[in-house]
Amino acid sequence: MAKPGLDGHDRGAKVIARALRDGGHEVIYTGLRKRPREIVRIVIDEDADALGLSTLSGAHNSLIPIICEGLRESGLNEVVVFAGGIIPERDRASLYQSGVRAVFGPGTLSVSILGFLESVSARRRDGDPVGVGEDSGWHWQ
Amino acid sequence: MSTITDLFKSARSGDRRSLSKLLTKIESGESLVIHPESGWTLGVTGPPGVGKSTLIGRIIEYWAAAGQAVAVLAVDPTSPVSGGAFLADRIRMGGADSKDSVFVRSLASRNHPGGLMPCLDVMCQVLYACGWSRVIIETVGSGQSEIRIVAFVDTVLLVDGPDRGDIIQAEKAGILELADVIAINKADLPNSSFAADAVKGALELSDGEAAPVHLVSAIDGSGVKPLIIDLESSQPNSARVVLRNRERLIASWDSVLLSHPEIESHMEKLCDGTITVGEAIKSMGSTIDFGGDLTD
Repeated sequence: MAKPGLDGHDRGAKVIARALRDGGHEVIYTGLRKRPREIVRIVIDEDADALGLSTLSGAHNSLIPIICEGLRESGLNEVVVFAGGIIPERDRASLYQSGVRAVFGPGTLSVSILGFLESVSARRRDGDPVGVGEDSGWHWQ
Repeated sequence: MSTITDLFKSARSGDRRSLSKLLTKIESGESLVIHPESGWTLGVTGPPGVGKSTLIGRIIEYWAAAGQAVAVLAVDPTSPVSGGAFLADRIRMGGADSKDSVFVRSLASRNHPGGLMPCLDVMCQVLYACGWSRVIIETVGSGQSEIRIVAFVDTVLLVDGPDRGDIIQAEKAGILELADVIAINKADLPNSSFAADAVKGALELSDGEAAPVHLVSAIDGSGVKPLIIDLESSQPNSARVVLRNRERLIASWDSVLLSHPEIESHMEKLCDGTITVGEAIKSMGSTIDFGGDLTD
């Protein structure tokens, strides 16, 4: 779970991290105000399978695509990226284009995020593309 | 998929991602035979919330500025209920995320006793071989009787705080007697110098040379430099060889038991009351698989 940019609100990210922990996942939290390249570095060092980006500041359109590109440039094509926070419906299609596989808004139930990660694992098992650098039109609904 | 040997080769040539993937494989139980390399591991232990991670943040800042490469293995507890873990030590190590000479890896304890798993040994060797000649292991917040850290490190730093209740705690036995260097953190709070004096007083009563006690503030950095100088000049304690190897043996033995294929079914029988603990040990003991890494 990462907090990109200058957004200083991380209650949501912590709630999600806790829900994923309770779902049996090992969750690393980056802390606030991380630069895109710092987030890529953390994904490398921690050998993370998935990256959750929480943003409530409105900077998602600029930050998230930079992070996705940074992951691909570092060869982290198989890492699965999902996003959450305040991300308007109209911005979602372009984020999916950038390689984001799910966008969760306010009111999301934690079971649906767990369900998303289960689908991701299932796709991996079946050899279907799902990572940020893998060619796939698939995203979670 | 790359094999563990390929990853090791590529990690040694400086590829961070291969190093990181290699650590994952070691964590999940794959074995790797490597020649022992020289390096130095510092163990940082102490109760929860005393500022271990923040102090480590200061230490790595200092070493990175001095041109040293430093790797941190930060262990946080696994939930015994869900099996998941929330690992957030690195958020206290502010500058760690952007420096090439700092590598921080969070590890879940996966319910190894003492929060320390035998694979830490191999991980340190791998890090040394890849040029990370200084490694810091941060334990989960631990109590005074938890001494397993001595099995994995060359130098033990015990961190405590000023608000630890009745100072008679300083008279008790355990990790306090084994620490090479002691830091009383949060010097910026009231009563911290009182706590440091009480610990010094308690140590002076015991035999042999007392461990140095430093009053530090990881928040404002005061006292950290003399602490680091003491850590760097700390000599290996020969009296600890027996204890170290004893703890290594117990850690490996625990791990053999915990990874036994029949442990779950024996647990169920224990809960049902259909077998005794003694019978469970006997039954599992006759079918132990000692695995690759334990016979090296």
